[in-house]
Parts: sequence; C-alpha cells; structure tokens
Amino acid sequence: MQTVFIYDGSFEGLLTAIFEVYELKSDTVHIVTNAHYTASFFEEKHEVATNTQKAKRLWKGILKNAKPTDANLIYRCFLSELPDMEQSILKYVQLIFLHKQSVAKDFGEAYVFRLAEINKKIGREKHRMEAFVRFRKTKDGIYFSSIAPDFNVLPLIESHFKKRYADQIWCIYDISRNYGLYYDLKKVEMVHLELPPSILSSSTSIFEEEELNYQKLWKNYFESTNITARANQKLHEQHVPRRYWKYLSEKNLLEW
Amino acid sequence: MNFDRIKEKLNILADAAKYDVSCSSSGSKRTNKNKGLGDSSGMGICHSYTPDGRCVSLLKILLTNHCIYDCAYCVTRKSNDIKRAAFKVQEVVDLTINFYRRNYIEGLFLSSGIFKSPDHTMERLIQVAKKLRLEENFNGYIHLKSIPGASDELMYEAGLYADRLSINIEIPTKEGLKLLAPDKNRKDFLQPMKKVRNEIDKYKSEKKLIKSTPIYAPAGQSTQMIVGATQETDAEVMYTATYLYKKYNMKRVYYSGYIPISYDSRLPAIGTEVPMIRENRLYQTDWLLRFYGFSIEELLNKEFPNLDSDIDPKLSWALRNLHLFPLDINKADKDMLARVPGLGMKSVYKILHGRKYRKLGWEHLQKMGVALNRAKYFITCDSRYFETKDYTPLQIKQRILSEGSSKYQKTLSSQLNLFS
Repeated sequence: MQTVFIYDGSFEGLLTAIFEVYELKSDTVHIVTNAHYTASFFEEKHEVATNTQKAKRLWKGILKNAKPTDANLIYRCFLSELPDMEQSILKYVQLIFLHKQSVAKDFGEAYVFRLAEINKKIGREKHRMEAFVRFRKTKDGIYFSSIAPDFNVLPLIESHFKKRYADQIWCIYDISRNYGLYYDLKKVEMVHLELPPSILSSSTSIFEEEELNYQKLWKNYFESTNITARANQKLHEQHVPRRYWKYLSEKNLLEW
Repeated sequence: MNFDRIKEKLNILADAAKYDVSCSSSGSKRTNKNKGLGDSSGMGICHSYTPDGRCVSLLKILLTNHCIYDCAYCVTRKSNDIKRAAFKVQEVVDLTINFYRRNYIEGLFLSSGIFKSPDHTMERLIQVAKKLRLEENFNGYIHLKSIPGASDELMYEAGLYADRLSINIEIPTKEGLKLLAPDKNRKDFLQPMKKVRNEIDKYKSEKKLIKSTPIYAPAGQSTQMIVGATQETDAEVMYTATYLYKKYNMKRVYYSGYIPISYDSRLPAIGTEVPMIRENRLYQTDWLLRFYGFSIEELLNKEFPNLDSDIDPKLSWALRNLHLFPLDINKADKDMLARVPGLGMKSVYKILHGRKYRKLGWEHLQKMGVALNRAKYFITCDSRYFETKDYTPLQIKQRILSEGSSKYQKTLSSQLNLFS
C-alpha cells in the first residue's frame, strides 16, 4: 500500500518528509502539501511535523554526498510549486544517496532531466521578474512594484534588486502569494501588507504626481522605438506573454 | 521638468535612433559603488519587447537629429524634410535616472546626428556620460556612439565613462560607401575604432600591474552593417565582419536589414520588404564563426558567395561535406559534435556530460532537446535503428524541408525551387 506523506508546504517540511521516508523505510511513497491532500481509501496517511533537526541532517547529507549545485537545484525546484515537484525531488535525493555523488549532469536519467527542466522554467521566471518589475514611486518615496509570478521566485531575485537599487527604498510585492520584499536602505525584509485594490491603477492618492508622467513618457518611448515595417506580433508575445501585460505600464496604461 | 516638451523630443529622437539594432546590455563588469545607483555586472536584461519583437534594454535616443552629413541610407540626413529636435545634457541625465529607478531600462544608449563638427558632437555625448557617472553615481550601462572623425583624445575620455563604444560602418563595401555617403571616408570610421582597441589592450596589460588603473570600455566595442542597401554579396558582408572581429577585437557585429526610408534611386524603393531571412542567416553564420569553430572560408567562398535562404548555414555546410558523417554521438569529440546540424552548443554540452554516465540513444537525445529531424541524417547512437539509406545531399535537404515548417514559409515558397 502506498503511504502519503503530508507536509506543511515549507522547504524544511519537505526535507523533513524526505528524511522520514528513509526513517520509516517506506517504499512506495507520495509526498503532498496539506493544502493539496485529498483522503483516499487505498493510501496510508503519515503526517509530517516539520523538524529543523531532521531537515538539517538531510541537507548536510546532500551536501556531503553531492555538490552545492545539487542542493541549489533542489531548492530552486522546490520554489516551482509544481504538482510533481515533491516526487521529483524525492527521486533525485534517492539517486544522490544511491550513487554517493553529484547526479546533476546525468541528463540521461529521467528525474534528473525533469529537475533540470523545472530549473530552466524557474530561471526563466526569475529573469522575467528582473525584467518586468516596474517600480512606481509612492507619495512617501517608496518605489513600489506589484507582481504575480508563475513560481515563487521572490527569494531568488532579492540580491539582484538589493545590489542594483542600493540607494532607494523599494518594495516588490507578490500579490498572488501575499508577501513581499521591502528594502529600507540597509537590509531586505519579508513583509505582509493589506493592499487596497486601487494599488494596481496608479491613483494619485497613493502615488506621486510625477509618477504617471513618467509612465506616459515610458509608454511613449516604447511606441516610438518600434519599427512597423518589421512588425512581428508572434515574436512579441513569445517574449512578453499576455499574462504579464497587466503589470507593464507600456502595455497597460489606458488613460493615454 | 516640462513633460509635454520632453515627450515631443523623446518621440522624435527615439524614432530616429531606432534603426540602430544594438541593444545589448551585457558584458560589463561595473558593480555598484558606495551604495550608489545601479549595477551592470550581471547578464543583460531585456525589460520589454516592441511589437516588432525587438528587445528594449536601453533608453536608445539621439542627442540631436540635426546633421551636417547627407548619407542616403540615413533618416536624419541633411536633405530629409523631417522635424528636428535636440536634448539638453541635463534632460538626458534626468530621463535616464528616472527610467532606471523604475526598472524600465538597463541604461542609456546615446547616439547623435553630427552638428557643427565631429569633435563638438563627441564632446557633448561624453558630457552626458560623465555627469551620470560622477554626479549621479550611476553604475548602470552606458553605450556611447563613437562619432566618425572624432579625435583620439575624446575617444580616450569616452571610454572612461562608457561601458561600450560603437561606430557603425553601415555599408559593407568601399564602393557602396562612396555611392551612398560621398562625404564620408572609411578612414573616419576606422580611426576611432583603432584608438578604442588600442586603449582596451593598454588597459588590459596595465591592469595586470597596477590594480587601480581606471576601467576603460569594459563591454568592448561593436559595429553595425546595413545589408540589402547596396548590391553586396553575403560573402562580402561576412568577410568584412571577420576582418572587424579579428583586427579590432569587436565584441559584436550587428547586421541590419535595410528598411526603405527614401525615394533616392540609388536605394531599394519604399515598400520593398525588409530582408529579414537574409539578416537571420547572416547572424547564424556569425554565431558559427564565433562559437562553433567554423572558419569563414568553409561557409562562404568564391563558389558559394551567398548563403542558402531555405536552410541554415550549418546544414548547408554539412550537405557539402557529407563525407565527414555520420558521427557516433558517443565517441565524437566536441569540435565535431558542434558541427552536426540540429545540435546547438547546449546540446553538445549535455551530450558530453550525459555520455559519461551511459551510452546515449535516440530517446536520450530527444529529451535533451536535439533537433533530430535534422541531426538524424548525420549521426549514429546507441540504437539498432538509424538512417541506413545513402541519401544524396539534395534528398536530405528535401526530406528535412518537407518535414519541418519554417517560420519564414510564407516568404520562402519552396514550391518554386523544386523545378529550378
């Protein structure tokens, strides 16, 4: 009978779950978050209590047997939140402990390939967010941006923005996961905010008066720099998929 | 800031700058200093893409579109009846900073029409860059245009503030230049290029001895050629490019399909289609030369002065050299793998790593993302099934073309070629 390991959705929780798979010597297992769990008659249920000690031991074990690239790969894939993510990571960890070496480049192995594939998606989304974040300056001088990435990439883009905008206060808020990064000129912190719905439109009650002017200038520039003789809508939408348009002032500024 | 006036200027001067294709923002090593603004040490970022599918990475504008020259291929030529405008230095600085702070751009690409004299123009461009670096502590990317005929002293100064310098030779052949831009001299283009190359070399050797040597144009220099404005062959374009890569250590040579903008009888008429496939094939050739170990003589020579438009240059080369194939994917060395049609460098690396663990078969190659529709005629792998028939080059070409559908299908219409 298959055993379902239910964890709380945190990275530590997942590591604990994998640790317990070994601890309980379970063969056919299935790991899900409690949010995704639906009870079934034909499965044995095992609830995982997140345990820092166990998580750390597994993490150390991974680093000892494989390389930092493997550990990094596992963490990045965790951020994808994809439905087969837990299973692929479990198989990957099992491969590491079986071969006692890094397996990151064994592309002929199906699960390694799957993780590499997910990692590619994550990398693409991370890069997109570094490109598509649009700051709007609020009345109290904060450069604010709201985004809703496909994957949970905020932890991965933090250092990029911290390095780049070292001299301005900024906040990047993930609306779909309801948390954000806030930089106060010294350090970056994780924040939870109650945002008014008007945050998406650049209303002057929240944002500086000049803000809209800059958005207009930017949109204006965007239109002037286009060459109509080379129009290629398909390529355009391939690079900037429609689901991101609502966050881009050059595509979305209506009152123009 | 008078937004309406700025808007009007931005319209005119962005529109005039858009024919410069370079928009890269990578390759610099400038890091954020003293908690200032910006960092250009990472990879380049395209912040948006225009409806023509081109990347928007830099604020690409002219300082002015007033120009004393009358080059036939250029929109800002003296004799063209268009609106003229000019930015003040401070206006460009403010725009750049405010766009950058909102994460719209990676930096500034500043070019200009030539007003009064080349030196006078170059000096203004440098003023903008200097102000951004010294007064605003701006560490974003700055791409400055080298103005043809600018003095060596100014070219030296430009490199102290800019990440990249570029000068467009525009017309690939001497004869073409004489025809379309009679007041310009090839030497005026090459002199600033030479100065920049020498300074970069000097910087590199001095840096080894003295750590505090001020950085000079860390992202190197680039240039651009217009294709399709004169009657040049692909070989002429690519031999010129190879010369520029070798002689002047170019980071990039860009190829820009000529967009008809003039009724001048020396040029293709307005409404002529932009040669986009040709442009694409030239870029593919450029990549083969820089990353795949090909030499220019293998791809273009007296017998093959032009690239095939219906198949890519690597496939075209492979069909002329069938005696080198098939290759065993599990044994062939890196250089030869890179020459297999359908294998990109990423696939090559995946194969090199993957085959250390096990022998690779078709299913592995497919998963790795190899374009098997092309590759299968040129390789063998760990499988009993492979192409056993001896096809002629023409047969292979037709089989590949009939299986795939090129994104250029509409313009290609290979049907006609069957009878030629």
